Order: sequence, then structure tokens, then C-alpha cells
Amino acid sequence: MIDVQNIYKTFLVPHRVEALVDVSTAIAPGEVVVVIGPSGSGKSTFLRCLNRLEHADTGHIFIDGIDVLDPKTDINKVRAEVGMVFQSFNLFPHKTVLQNVTLAQTVVRRRPKAEAHDKAMALLTKVGLPDKINVYPDQLSGGQQQRVAIARALAMNPKVMLFDEPTSALDPEMIGEVLEVMKTLAREGMTMVVVTHEMGFAREVADRVIFMDAGAIVEVGTPEHFFKNPTHDRTKLFLSQIL
Amino acid sequence: MGSFPVARRIRRPRSYYIGVGIFFLMLAGLIGFIYYSTLKIDYVWRWYRIPQYFLYHDTIESRAEINGIVDRISQEGETVTIVVSGNDGTESYTSPAGDIRVSEGDIIYSGDVLTVHRKWKAGILVQGMAMTLKVSVIAIIFGILIGLFTGLARLSDNPALKWSAVTYIELIRGSPLLVQIFIWYFAFGTLMNTLIAKSDGLQSLLRGVLGTQQIVQVPPLWFGVAALAFFTGAYVAEMVRAGIQSIHRGQTEAARSLGMTYSQCMVHVILPQALRRVIPPLAGQFISLIKDSSLLGIIAIRELTKATREVVTTSFQPFELWTICALLYLFLTFTLSMALQYVERRTIAS
Repeated sequence: MIDVQNIYKTFLVPHRVEALVDVSTAIAPGEVVVVIGPSGSGKSTFLRCLNRLEHADTGHIFIDGIDVLDPKTDINKVRAEVGMVFQSFNLFPHKTVLQNVTLAQTVVRRRPKAEAHDKAMALLTKVGLPDKINVYPDQLSGGQQQRVAIARALAMNPKVMLFDEPTSALDPEMIGEVLEVMKTLAREGMTMVVVTHEMGFAREVADRVIFMDAGAIVEVGTPEHFFKNPTHDRTKLFLSQIL
Repeated sequence: MGSFPVARRIRRPRSYYIGVGIFFLMLAGLIGFIYYSTLKIDYVWRWYRIPQYFLYHDTIESRAEINGIVDRISQEGETVTIVVSGNDGTESYTSPAGDIRVSEGDIIYSGDVLTVHRKWKAGILVQGMAMTLKVSVIAIIFGILIGLFTGLARLSDNPALKWSAVTYIELIRGSPLLVQIFIWYFAFGTLMNTLIAKSDGLQSLLRGVLGTQQIVQVPPLWFGVAALAFFTGAYVAEMVRAGIQSIHRGQTEAARSLGMTYSQCMVHVILPQALRRVIPPLAGQFISLIKDSSLLGIIAIRELTKATREVVTTSFQPFELWTICALLYLFLTFTLSMALQYVERRTIAS
């Protein structure tokens, strides 16, 4: 599904940071991969490289066999197949909840209005917000906004979903409702790459956990391996600090 | 059940009312002083002569063009038809029925008055205001289009677009509007009209399009409009740029991550939010534009200021007329300001 080969990414502005150093991994269809690590470890950069929101300097990324970093690739086609959920939701504030979910369907997928509407209604019902369709995002709680954002991404029928710290900006009592939606998705067989600090989610849902530090993948393993007997000292230190 | 304190009217301190009193006293004092001074220089206020510059009752005479005898006068409702037959043939004159000055059988000569009727016509100040309005509206529309395009070009990575936009903006913002109007009219205008006049192909093409046989020239109005539109466009461009840059990067990322192209993202996500934010500064710019259109008088466009100047030179009533002129501008700018405030409230509520 996703094949990442030796990618490097260095930021020069505002100062030189080697954000990704020789990162390689492969993600199978239906797999749920959770990426954890201290802040500044490059996990968000890694995720954003997958749909080329950040352009990796060298290396290769294949999604469904399509070379993401090839300049000849129509990146918009790739992105339409890769849903993304952001830490700060990034809903369109000038559109209603319903319009948020239908916009890309009609503009990018060129679906007829009625079809987009039905799809949006089905997804908003799925994330538990069928009664909020005509409300503007700023009238929703953080948890509700993030669930709309998930519905917006799902409306494109993506093959992969990327989650960039989806619960980090939420009040504690709202984290649960978002994680619940994500768990449902995982059970339905969605391929997911999740950057998160929610260790409970990782333990319960992940097929594989990737631990990153200083731009490199330090340790990869199943949740049992990871939380019971991590091998690397850096991983042990990190887990001891957060658990 | 406890008793809730009823919301009491806030009593303003006495100093507030004293302030209000002082304000109106100063206002009355100023007006009184001006009036007193004008009396000192024997200025005669003639406000009653102002209305005619807004609306006047024009007398229109219909005259015969041949010598002959009035053959027939037939009135049908509000129009009258007078048939005159002379040695060289018959002519018929149709005009609104007013005062008919001839009767059947009269011998008349060329130039004799047949009928006289009166009609209400818009005065010169109203005509001037209409011209100001027309010029401003066209310039605002083109100014928005130019500004939108330039603002987007300014943010482009392509040097051809970006540098052109920067050069244009800096040139326009760095020179006086009056000079720009002169350049548009005397330099570009002369250039363009000479080229049009000299090129036979262009002439015949334009004559064909306009359906006229005369020499086609671009009238001064359009150079004036162009000067105002390009002037406003430069300022609008900077506002558009600031508006776009003020939208959080996450909006672009969200739109692009859904597979939208750059232009789809601009049209559906960024611009609607950015333009809403720049409505207040745009309103200020458009109000400036209405006032700046007063400069167009210098290239023979009879807008409000030039119209006022013309009336002043014939009527010798500068005090009344310039006051009225200022009030008319205030009326235009205030109306626009109210309209844009309404638009702003509407868009923010949605």
C-alpha cells in the first residue's frame, strides 16, 4: 500500500534541522500503524511527506505503486486517495458542516450534488453528528469539529487515512469520542497511519508501532513487544516518561 | 425566590451632558461666525437659487423649418401633430401638446414657433453627480478585478508575475494620482488616439463595431476611468495579498490534502475568507476613490466638482455651491459606507 524508501528531509528555514534521516518502512493494506516519539522527532514531517505536503529531499515514496515524489505524478490524484486529519482540524470556517464534507466531493471527485449530499449525511451520521449539518464549525466543540474533519476526509473514499495528532488539541473529555470514531474505522479495515500520544489507542488498535527520534526510526514492533519489552534505551526512556 | 435587580438605566455623569452642550455650542458658534463674517464682506446668501441646479423647468420650443401654411393641427392625447404645406412640399411636426402658438390657415415662415412646452430636467449638479457615480462605479469594478489579479500575481512564485505586480504596485503607489491622470490623458491618450486615427484598418474596424462614419477616438472619460481603476487596483492588490496571507496555512493544507488544485483551493477556500476580511479596508479605499474622482475635472470630464466650478463661475455663489458640493460627496461616500457595512454584517453572520 505505502512503501517508503530511504527518505531524507532537511529544513533550512528558520535554521537547519534534519527532520528525517533515512526513513524506510512499508505499510500493508488494512494495517494500522501508530507513530510515536518525542516532539521534534520528525513523526509529523514523516506523515506530511506521505501526501507531499512536505516534499522529501531524497528517497522514494510509493502509494499504491504511484511514485509520490516523481514531478510527473499528478499529486492531486494521489491526495484525493489519501485522507488527512490535522491536529487543528482545519475545517473551512465559511462553510457549514455539510458543505465542509461535500465541497471536495463535488470539486475534486465531480460527484453530483445529491450524491455528495447523501454521502456526507451517511458519514456525518457515522461520526455521530447528523443533527449538526447546518451549523458552522465555530459553533462546534473541538471533538465535534475533529469528527467532522474525519468525515470530510472519508467523503473522498480514501484508500489510506493519515492522522496528525488528531487528539492533541482537544480537551480531555473530548478525546474519547474522536478515538472511538478512529477505532471504528480501524475495525472496518481502513489503512491508517496515526501520529499520536495516545498510548492507549496504540496498544488497543495498532498492528504496528513505530518509534521515532531525531528524525530516524528507532524501533518498530507490535504493541505487545513495544509496551512490554522495548529493546532500545531511547524507547525505554520515552515510555518511562509518558506512561 | 430572591428579587432580581431590575436593569437600571445607566445614569451618565453630569460632565457628559456638559460635553454635549459644549459640542453643540461650538458648532453653532462656528456657523454663526462664518455667517457673520460673510455679512461683513457683503456676501448675499441666495439659497433659493440652488434648487435650479438640481432640477429645472426647461422651456422647449418647436419651430417650423419651411415657409408655408398651417394645413392641419391634430391633437391626440398628449401629443400634437402640425402639418405645414409649403411650396417645396409638406412637413409634419410632432411635439408634446403644450402651448400651441399657431392655428390652421396661418401663414408662417421658417423659424416661427409652432408649439412651446415645458419639461423638468436634471440640473447640472445632478448630472455632475451622475457622472461622478458612473466613473466611480466603473473604476471600482475594474479596480477590484485588477487588484484581485495583481494580488494573486504578487503572491506567485513566477518572477514574470511577481515582479510585474511589484513594479506596478510601487509605481502607482509612489506617484501622485494627479500626475497619473495627466499621463493617462496626455501621454497614453494622445498616443492611443493618434495610433487609432493613423491606422486605417483599426479605424474601419472600430467604425464597423460602433456603426459610425465619424473618426473614432477614445473619449477622455475612459482615460479618467483607467487612471482611477489602475490607481485603486494597486491598493486593492496589497489588501488582497494581506487578506490571503492572513488566512491560516492549515486552510490551504486541508484543501490541498483533499486533492484540490491551487486554483480550486483559492476559489473555494482561501479567497472567500480573505475577501471577507478585507471588506473594511476596501470600503475605505472606495470612499477615497469617489473623492479622488474630483480630480478628473482637469481632463474635461464634467463630474461633480467640475460641474460645481462651472456653476460658480456663472452664478457667483461660491459659498452655497461649494458647501452643497461637499454635502453631495458626503452623501455618496456615506451611502457607500453604509452599503458596505451591510455587506460586511451579512457575510459575517453567515
